[in-house]
Amino acid sequence: MKIEILGMGCTKCNTLEDTAKQAVKELNIDAEFVKVKDIKEIMKYGVMTTPALVVDGVVKVSGKVPSKDEIKAMLQ
Amino acid sequence: MLQEFADLLVYQGLGLVPGSTLGGAINFFVYDSIKIFLMLTIIIFGVSILRSYFPAERTKKILSHKREFYGNIVAALLGIVTPFCSCSAVPVFIGFIESGVPLGITFSFLISSPMVNEVALVMLWGLLGWKIAAIYILSGVTIAIIAGYFIGKFQLEHLVQDYVYEMKVGDTEITDQSFAERLQYARDYTKEILKKVWLYVIIAIGIGGFIHGYAPEDFLVQYAGKDNIWAVPMAVLIGVPLYSNAAGVIPIVTALIQKGMSLGTALAFMMAVTALSFPEMIILRNVLKPKLIAIFVAILAVSIIFTGYLFNIII
Repeated sequence: MKIEILGMGCTKCNTLEDTAKQAVKELNIDAEFVKVKDIKEIMKYGVMTTPALVVDGVVKVSGKVPSKDEIKAMLQ
Repeated sequence: MLQEFADLLVYQGLGLVPGSTLGGAINFFVYDSIKIFLMLTIIIFGVSILRSYFPAERTKKILSHKREFYGNIVAALLGIVTPFCSCSAVPVFIGFIESGVPLGITFSFLISSPMVNEVALVMLWGLLGWKIAAIYILSGVTIAIIAGYFIGKFQLEHLVQDYVYEMKVGDTEITDQSFAERLQYARDYTKEILKKVWLYVIIAIGIGGFIHGYAPEDFLVQYAGKDNIWAVPMAVLIGVPLYSNAAGVIPIVTALIQKGMSLGTALAFMMAVTALSFPEMIILRNVLKPKLIAIFVAILAVSIIFTGYLFNIII
């Protein structure tokens, strides 16, 4: 599974990454984390509000930091 | 009811003497803090529900290929309800331009969105009354319309970084939320904002209470009253580095108004705080050439100073 965190380096992006990492750990799944900071790459996903969470190329959430449980639901 | 509670807490609970300077100041502080936090909670919650119907993606579709002027009005109004934070200014800008929103209309949105926000609305309404809150919102929206209109008229498209036009933006579908999800979003958002501003609000109301209780009456008339022609531009200059902190600035401005700062000067100051933010300029540097940033700042500063003088004359 490939998990991408989209954002130009705001504090919320780091919170999202930490929460997502915890969710992955608790679900015990194998995931590769990529941080996408380049604005051109971010825009390719059609995302206008950051941070955003992308799982296997699909935008799951943008513009807010979801809770750990919400992320777990997105990963399953 | 709130006043009775503040009286009970301060005079009975803490045993302070009614009518004393200290008792008065603390009573004022308790009353204002409770009132502001109640209003913040209720209004932010309400505004967030409204906001959940206007995600940036939908706003973009509405504004795409709009005519100028009419489009500027719609953009300035949508700026009030579309959730926006300066950290998203760049992707929002690119998304708008790429989907055919004219440059001037994009600017109307970018100006109104941070300036007319619910935190400023609550603070102004709660501390200075609904009339001043309404004046602030009306002037903010008007400035956003006019400034955006002129930027559109000047045809400055070549001052946008070239890569913006070459970008291909993927299309996302706007997922429809259930009402329960909207409530959830509103709850989270309200919590997030309160967490971010509560300390500033308390400190600022405290400082405001101190000025209210201890500073001599009219001590600002000479410096910030109507007759000092330099007061408005100075207020704007001081406001720029205090970026986007309406929560911390408005309680202090309220006390300064009571001590003789004129209303137009106070309005100009608050607008400079919310609309002219230095970090936002640095962020916008990613998509705008320096000349366009300079023009943007100049038009905005002139409009704010004009608004300040206007209200100093008519009120």
